[in-house]
Amino acid sequence: MCEDFCGVYSCRTDRSAETVESNFMSIPLENRPRPTLSIRPRSGWQAINVMEIWQFRDLLLALAARDVKLRYRQTALGAAWVILQPLMAAGIFSFVFGRVAKLPSDGVPYFLFAYAGLLGWNAFSSTLSKVSGCMVGNSHLVSKVFFPRLVLPLSTVFSTLIDFGVAFAMLAVLMVAHGVLPGVGILLFPVWLLLLLLLALGLGLYSAALTVSYRDVQYILPVFLQFIMYASPIAYAVSAVPEQMQKYYFLNPLSGLMEACRWSLLGRGELHPGYLAYSAVISVGVFVFGAFTFKRMERKFADVV
Amino acid sequence: MSKDIAISVRGLSKSYTIQHNAAKHTTAAEALLNRLRHPFARSEQETFWALKDVEFDIEQGDVVGVIGRNGAGKSTLLKILSRITEPTTGEIDLYGRVGSLLEVGTGFHSELTGRENIYLNGAILGMSKREIARQFDAIVDFSGVEQFLDTPVKRYSSGMYVRLAFAVAAHLSSEILIVDEVLAVGDAEFQRKCLGKMKDMAGSGRTVLFVSHNMAAVSNLCSSCLVMQRGRVCFAGNVEQGLDYYSASMNASGGTQGPIQQFRPSWAKPYITSLRLLNEEGKEQTHFPLGSDVVVEMEFCSPTFPLRSPVMGVVINHMTNGTVGGVNMRMTGDEIPDGEYAAATIRCLLKELPLLQGQYTMDIWLGDGAGDVDNVSGYLTLHLEETDIYGSGKVPFHHMGVIFFKPEWKLRTEVGGQERKCLVGMK
Repeated sequence: MCEDFCGVYSCRTDRSAETVESNFMSIPLENRPRPTLSIRPRSGWQAINVMEIWQFRDLLLALAARDVKLRYRQTALGAAWVILQPLMAAGIFSFVFGRVAKLPSDGVPYFLFAYAGLLGWNAFSSTLSKVSGCMVGNSHLVSKVFFPRLVLPLSTVFSTLIDFGVAFAMLAVLMVAHGVLPGVGILLFPVWLLLLLLLALGLGLYSAALTVSYRDVQYILPVFLQFIMYASPIAYAVSAVPEQMQKYYFLNPLSGLMEACRWSLLGRGELHPGYLAYSAVISVGVFVFGAFTFKRMERKFADVV
Repeated sequence: MSKDIAISVRGLSKSYTIQHNAAKHTTAAEALLNRLRHPFARSEQETFWALKDVEFDIEQGDVVGVIGRNGAGKSTLLKILSRITEPTTGEIDLYGRVGSLLEVGTGFHSELTGRENIYLNGAILGMSKREIARQFDAIVDFSGVEQFLDTPVKRYSSGMYVRLAFAVAAHLSSEILIVDEVLAVGDAEFQRKCLGKMKDMAGSGRTVLFVSHNMAAVSNLCSSCLVMQRGRVCFAGNVEQGLDYYSASMNASGGTQGPIQQFRPSWAKPYITSLRLLNEEGKEQTHFPLGSDVVVEMEFCSPTFPLRSPVMGVVINHMTNGTVGGVNMRMTGDEIPDGEYAAATIRCLLKELPLLQGQYTMDIWLGDGAGDVDNVSGYLTLHLEETDIYGSGKVPFHHMGVIFFKPEWKLRTEVGGQERKCLVGMK
């Protein structure tokens, strides 16, 4: 069909043929100005374009605002759930581990102890689960609009941070009520929080990229989270772990970070600089690996999701 | 005179890999299991070229229509130009900020209010917060939903929803605009308004790339066009010649159609699942003699909630002359008894269709008691073939409008002061 018309109109399908120059083809390539945007096929590992993400900061904030606004719409208690959830979890932990199992809590009321542990844990687990689900959850956006794909996972961090802020304020109230004061260690808390978020983001980005092709990740993740929670000092103290087991226990990068969180908040427990350094290296490494894997796989997202 | 270039595409190809013998693994376990079963078997793969060696240049200020049948690669081309997916080979240079509208209302959230959705959708389309704030009043004005700005859009009628969505999109201020079949939504009046807005955009010196099945819209809006066929651009140039070329190629090769899904926005809830043209015996047919009875069959399903009283509408468009006419069940008073219809088939018999030979496309609408729920534009193509309807050995002129009528001629004259009448044609 096509060939019949090649002689009549300018047709560029047959590249060997002499083509008639239509109005589209009038400018020689070398006389053209620099393009605003060049699209070329890419393959392999890609650099992460931070400038581009910065250009899309309004989208990042709009998506974050959407998540925050939608969180508790059509709930009777609304934003109160931000506080109620960790309070209820801490209540259960203090009953099961404090009352029934009678585990030590480094001399702090068990409820406060568990709540402080949950503060860091919730930041970690909610970042991980939101980030890992964000590509599939927003597939309608991914297949219809362009934006740096990293904007989506990054936007989920905001609602986690807001939850964290509210829960943190609640902790302050609880600590005053129980007469527990933090030491200077509290100044280091943002560092632990940052490392926790990097670790969660790294794992989340990796699984988000994987979820696009294999939805299995969605089912494995909750189990993994539950396992890792009991393998970390959240509901109990590190002192409850037998001494000779501890070096294996701290292979879990979360152990060091969670222990450090509680040390900063409540001023109890011990800081293990060696284990902490290990956790920090792992966290940063996992983040970098996750981000680059995500970037590498992102060009397939729109075709597969 | 040569203008500046806006889009330059060289050697663009895009391939997809299709895996055969149902070896499409969506779970890791399946993939693993298959790998274990056939450790050395390379799964049978077929490379499908959605685009192959596409080359074209578009000058700044050009309004270019992209036409071609389904599966010709139009949408893939737009997706690559808007950077949603990457090309397999080729080079594209874009001179100017690109905005793309592959669907109206992308990212709209039903729980958010109209106001919140304007900001969210604007950001998703690539507008900055300041830009949206500056255009906010114009957007609200264009949409005509100012009273409901603080109501969640889930309470909107589908018409209001689409109007708001298009209003945001219409205020996208980028130098290059890529538009995919956005006009296929909303009621006829709103479509006209959208066309007007598109015309303004086109007139303001912006470069527009516009995919459509609505040939009337293309000939109305565009200065030039690209005709695509099986992943290649087979015609680039003047819009009239392009449309001629396209209808010639359509006539040459029947009317097989791709899947219907790609014609409707993804948020449409109850939706049309199948459309067919039948003859009066109920056999599928796309080519009819003039004056035939044509049956349009629509199947729909409504997975989330049953439709109370389904209404079907049929609009017929001529390839180049625009809309010819339309009819719906509410207009003719043929209402389906109130009930709950989760899935059904409605057939519409168009008796002795008085349309001239040529090619027509149909827009089929599905509504409930209150408004439109889904529509599929340009999917059905009706070919009416030259027929000797008058039994005279001649066929009606195809260039005289779009309809034919059955006349009765009478002659009256006076011969020698005596009046004589006769019915002409009675031999």
